[in-house]
Amino acid sequence: MTDIPAPNRESETAAANIPRPMRVRESGKKSFRQRLIPWLFLLVPLVLLITFTYVPVANMFWYSLTSWNGLSKTKKVVGLANYTEFFTRPDLYRVFFVSLYYLAASVLQIALALYFATLLSFNTKFKNLFKGIIFFPYLINGVAISFVFLFFFQPGGTLDTVLGFFGMAKGSAPLWLGNPDIVNFSLAGTSVWRYMGLNFVLFLGAIQSIPGGIYEAAELDGASRWQQFRYLIAPSIKPIISLSFILAVSGSLAVFEIPFIMLDGANGSTTFVIQTVKLAFENNKVGLASAMAVILLLIVLLVTWVQRKLVPEEEVDLS
Amino acid sequence: MSRAVTPRSALASTGKYASLVAWSLIALVPLVVMGLTSLKSPKDYATSGPLELPKSLDFSNFSRAFKDAQMGQAFINTTFILVISVAGTIIIGTMTAYALDRFQFRFKKLVVALFLVATLVPGVTTQVATFQVVNTLGLYDTRWAPIALFLGTDIVSIYIFVQFMRSIPISLDEAAKLDGANHFRIYRSIIFPLLKPAIATVVIIKGIAVYNEFYIPFLYMPDSDLGVISTSLFRFKGPLGTQWEVLSAGAIIVIVPTLIIFLLLQRWIYNGISAGATK
Repeated sequence: MTDIPAPNRESETAAANIPRPMRVRESGKKSFRQRLIPWLFLLVPLVLLITFTYVPVANMFWYSLTSWNGLSKTKKVVGLANYTEFFTRPDLYRVFFVSLYYLAASVLQIALALYFATLLSFNTKFKNLFKGIIFFPYLINGVAISFVFLFFFQPGGTLDTVLGFFGMAKGSAPLWLGNPDIVNFSLAGTSVWRYMGLNFVLFLGAIQSIPGGIYEAAELDGASRWQQFRYLIAPSIKPIISLSFILAVSGSLAVFEIPFIMLDGANGSTTFVIQTVKLAFENNKVGLASAMAVILLLIVLLVTWVQRKLVPEEEVDLS
Repeated sequence: MSRAVTPRSALASTGKYASLVAWSLIALVPLVVMGLTSLKSPKDYATSGPLELPKSLDFSNFSRAFKDAQMGQAFINTTFILVISVAGTIIIGTMTAYALDRFQFRFKKLVVALFLVATLVPGVTTQVATFQVVNTLGLYDTRWAPIALFLGTDIVSIYIFVQFMRSIPISLDEAAKLDGANHFRIYRSIIFPLLKPAIATVVIIKGIAVYNEFYIPFLYMPDSDLGVISTSLFRFKGPLGTQWEVLSAGAIIVIVPTLIIFLLLQRWIYNGISAGATK
């Protein structure tokens, strides 16, 4: 997502700098056939891209101005009424507050990932085993994870039993998924469990791309682990950390799978995306749902724009 | 590097391993409990705590889950969709990357921008409108709906191919051109084979993504004969409600293939995920 235009740039500069005999012939007027060639390669990809991304996005903007129910032949234009409805109905805009739980959880998730990535970047016994254990949850199927945590949180389930070992009286545990005041903590915790390994592996990769000699030099100079982290590791992986925080903002609005599969959005666990698809496919309010989808798209574009301003794209390069 | 063992560094080392073990327990206990539960007989499950070992090993939950959740059919459907989507992604992604990296043409900036902006469009919400497109094309409730969407909306793979292609020297193309090869030959016999490492990366990240995808098959293939592993497992929950020994077995059946692939391909997976996730 960061820099597809780069190849473009690079090949242009390469073309300008490196003298190549072939260029001479190519620089003449190209025949129609020659100009057609790249489009032949792009034909299928562009047709798919336009059909399954741009047509839907354009339609989404159009539907959002109508009161269409998704079925009827005619669509009645209602202007911005769907947008006003979203921002004036508390039962709709409250989904923004649900995102805040996930946003807070992402901060915890990034902090944990940074901590473990730093730990494992030093010599550690069973390093690969720990790395695998931390990362593996990220690979698991979302439905399976939902089953695992439905069981984990159920009354008398794994969590209550473990808390029992630590002295919590039987029956005094709250309903982790049934209590609207708690449910989003439980679900956001599940999200940390699932996604922390991804941040961890990204951070670890970035740390390990720092040349090893620097640490040895620092260690010879008597730098402590904390100093090595503060002055060596943190600055050199700053771009990927900021990128993670920015992705966390759009990520926390796009939360969907776990609360949908586990609870179908019940008990106050409805997120922005769950609300949108329910309006569209269960309540036949395609117009209103499209307005919400447009709002989410605009927020994501805004966040990405801020990201580009804050993190110059050259700096984010993991490979 | 050997450090002198001072009390302070010994303490730091203990703390380090303690925190690693603590997180490992957090990561593993929920999964291990699921495994234990899947081996209990219904009576055993009803009378034991979640962390207790099964009194005797009972594998009947697995055969029951496999049969009742139509897992056999689900694996066939998943494999079918996965193979075609991954193969198609590779062909489409490499062709796009070849055109974008090796040619200068009018509107190239526009085309690049189209692909770039598409990565920002949040997937699940646009289904509100994508649904109509899929429906109009007559793909609804067929295996081709998810295949078309997996092919049509995967920009990350294109990005990986473009990145990798920049490292293949243009002089190779030009040498072939001098030997009289046309652009399609160059793409097929020079570029494509040299892209193998990138192809491996895309196979892995795309394969995992398709195997784990839930919402697209859920929305577009309501027919229970068209269940993929995610949707078949999901629908399994309804009729069984609280028969956790069977539901656990279903979850384990879905997790085990992922675990095997992970153990076999660890290095590739770490590299692939790093390449794909930040784009």
